[in-house]
Amino acid sequence: MEPSLASYLALSGILFTIGCVGVIFKRNAIGMFMCIELMLNAVNLTFVAFSRYYGDTTGQLFVFMVMAVAACEAAVGLGIIIAFFRNSMSVDVDDANLLKN
Amino acid sequence: MFAGLAIASAISMVYHKNPLYSAISLVGVFISLSCIYVTLAAPFIAAVQILIYAGAIMVLVVFVIMLLNMDEDRPLNRLKYLYALGGGLGVLLLAQTFFIFYAVMRAPNVPADQALSAGKTMTIGQAMYTEYLLPVEIVGVLLLMAVIGSVILARRLSPPQLELVIDNELEIRHEEEAKDGLGIAL
Repeated sequence: MEPSLASYLALSGILFTIGCVGVIFKRNAIGMFMCIELMLNAVNLTFVAFSRYYGDTTGQLFVFMVMAVAACEAAVGLGIIIAFFRNSMSVDVDDANLLKN
Repeated sequence: MFAGLAIASAISMVYHKNPLYSAISLVGVFISLSCIYVTLAAPFIAAVQILIYAGAIMVLVVFVIMLLNMDEDRPLNRLKYLYALGGGLGVLLLAQTFFIFYAVMRAPNVPADQALSAGKTMTIGQAMYTEYLLPVEIVGVLLLMAVIGSVILARRLSPPQLELVIDNELEIRHEEEAKDGLGIAL
């Protein structure tokens, strides 16, 4: 039997919640980065589930766009992390207080 | 089954202190999500998921983790209210999820049989290059910008520029030392 749309939405919501809580609890910049990827994936799952149940291709196209943007974000984000590590020898987001003083 | 696998991997990703372990757990999440896409009759998205996420992005992340050679995540010493904030936000989001779950459960389910052609690669390609041509072009420009931006961000300064930066820094330190010396002398 095919699972209902609601179960896919619930799975997506649970994954999004885990990612969101992870962003708040992690101090490691790479950990936060991976949690953001997890949240993007949860949203992708919602898109694909709706696209399946309404028989529309647009949702899957949007998933493709989200993946492209996530790839851009990965490249730029990791570049920032490397530049930050080179300056302060740490990837701890609490050390990123250069603009504070 | 894949849903349970995805949730377990996600929890283990957030739980592990070592970033390498959490990266591997994230690969588990991606692969189980890709299996779910196959059951949702979206083989193209499943393939792209494996290629882009589990292939490209995770290789990049693991490469950076290896490159930076960081130590384990230290325990939190942030303000305590962040714990409460995070927990509260998590509970709120979960409650919202289950609210949506029940709302959708009560709504009539659209029969899924009409959707069989929606996931085909050909359908997606046709839609992408006719109806959604402009967004595809914009995404292409965005990718180009990201490539240029990450190269600029991650490059080293060339030696003359580096010397300039070092000289500047040394000058500032000398000035500060001179000021401190004056203060002590006075």
